[in-house]
Amino acid sequence: MRPSAVRLLNILVPVKRTVDYAVKIRVNPDQKGVDLNVKHSMNPFDEIAVEEAVRLREKLKDEVKSIKVVTIGPAKAAETLRTALAMGADAGIHVEVQDAGPAPEPLGVAKALRAVIAREKDGVDLVIMGKQAIDDDAGQTGQMLAGLLDWAQATFASKLVVDPKKKEAEVTREIDGGLEELRCRLPLVVTTDLRLNGPRYASLPNIMKAKKKPIEKLTPADLQVDLTPILETVKVAEPPKRVGGGKVENVDQLIAKLKEAGITPVKS
Amino acid sequence: MLRLRSLSMKGRLGRGYATVAGPHALVLLEHRAGVIDSGSLSALTAAQQLGGQVTGLVVGAPEQVKTAVEKAKKLKGLTSVLHSSSEQYANAIPEVVSPLLEKLLSGGTPYTHVVSAHSSSAKSILPRAAARLDLPAVSDITSLEHDASSNATTFTRPIYAGNAIATVRAPESVRVKIFTVRSTAFKASAADEGAQVEEKAVEPVDVADPPTQHVRTDLTKSDRPDLGSASRVVSGGRALKNAETFKSTLEPLADALGAAIGASRAAVDAGYADNSLQVGQTGKVVAPELYMAIGISGAIQHLAGMKDSKLIVAINKDPEAPIFQVADVGLVADLYEAVPELVQKLKQ
Repeated sequence: MRPSAVRLLNILVPVKRTVDYAVKIRVNPDQKGVDLNVKHSMNPFDEIAVEEAVRLREKLKDEVKSIKVVTIGPAKAAETLRTALAMGADAGIHVEVQDAGPAPEPLGVAKALRAVIAREKDGVDLVIMGKQAIDDDAGQTGQMLAGLLDWAQATFASKLVVDPKKKEAEVTREIDGGLEELRCRLPLVVTTDLRLNGPRYASLPNIMKAKKKPIEKLTPADLQVDLTPILETVKVAEPPKRVGGGKVENVDQLIAKLKEAGITPVKS
Repeated sequence: MLRLRSLSMKGRLGRGYATVAGPHALVLLEHRAGVIDSGSLSALTAAQQLGGQVTGLVVGAPEQVKTAVEKAKKLKGLTSVLHSSSEQYANAIPEVVSPLLEKLLSGGTPYTHVVSAHSSSAKSILPRAAARLDLPAVSDITSLEHDASSNATTFTRPIYAGNAIATVRAPESVRVKIFTVRSTAFKASAADEGAQVEEKAVEPVDVADPPTQHVRTDLTKSDRPDLGSASRVVSGGRALKNAETFKSTLEPLADALGAAIGASRAAVDAGYADNSLQVGQTGKVVAPELYMAIGISGAIQHLAGMKDSKLIVAINKDPEAPIFQVADVGLVADLYEAVPELVQKLKQ
């Protein structure tokens, strides 16, 4: 939890393996979950987080001492770590959980991340993570982690400028109705929004290099964290069906349909 | 012996008739320029559905709070209004506001639930406070049900961009149930001019040397209805070519219909529209009476933000565009011909 003594940045990027954003979601007949035998990828907002860390190093060069990525997930989540390593992270940490059983919830994940940070000998100065995971759409973990650590937080970042010498960052955030700019002291948790950057595709040489980068394996017990969720997911159901497909041939017919629905123009 | 029996009977009767205090919800009433956010009014409706007392909480700089509290006291369904003023609260910085919530919700608190809109501000603050209180939180709920006998609250909420609905139960062991509310799922509470709600000031919790400073806020200025609460929305996609064309094509239509303007992610990314106009899984979720999708293909993530609209109209050149699958009224046409024609005929 101590930031590093010298003015170098140690960056931690938590990443999550989720169902790929383009997959058509199917609810299981038992109404306990969705069909997970589909393509999975790194949560898109976490890709943006990894990219931002790598760009920070490209900009600040030696002032970024390390970029570590961490995931809390089943065995297959190691692939997600390798993708992040191929994008430019230095090392990975895999907190392995069982595939079966209820998924960890944000509070549990935040506690596990706090424990991971506490174990880092060189400390962590900056956590960059996605603002939400596209599976549960909870959008809480970053804020919870910042709260547990009592660190500064900046959510929904669309721009991040870090000054390691001043141990400060300027963050522009997307808020309802516009943008907000904050100045935050490090250590800091930043959650990424869509427009922060456009993530790179890992090149083949970098994919090969990534195979040699270290991944430390841990269990929740190693971290002394219980990842059993407190909230119970009782049911997962399909949303009410929207029947669409209504067509009109021209603008006149469109206007007629609007009228039918009681929609008329306003008097100008 | 008789006396002993009656004592044990008393004990059993005493436990059976023990009264459980009903829910007491604390609702965050967010405000800007002295007006309470409509999202907070939806959160108030949700809080009332728990079936118990409801206390509003207004936090901000002294002048803002004064005006907002006067409005809050006239809200239907509020039992009382708490307010806390400090210059430190002017910009709702989570690191500064959270300590106040922690104080209000610490052990022995009368509050059983904390409710807010799923606004960018509240969803930055509430999870932080929840974690510091060692509590989970539930985001973006679309319905709730509180069971007084088990003291458990069950919520529904969208997951996978709204392609599935999860039913989530917060059991009794969750001593304060913290959740944010999808405004489109709960009708905004009305004002009740006759209401005179009791108010109480709460000492602000001063944060010495906060790690975060507010530098500036830039809100897009518009005379149009607010996208989040408008009853009609005209939304444009990537097909609108550039920022000028986006404006010049959609504004006349929005004007004719008295509508707010929205945009797809693609349009915002390409710079045609401001990020505050983005409708979608990670932008704004809207459910207006009328949603017109102009030149929008209808990606899953966009649908997540508008598929609960009452009437969906789509205009797109591509007959295969996924948007037509959810549109009630679909017109396959060149929007640069159809939209001007539509505007002209609407004005007649």
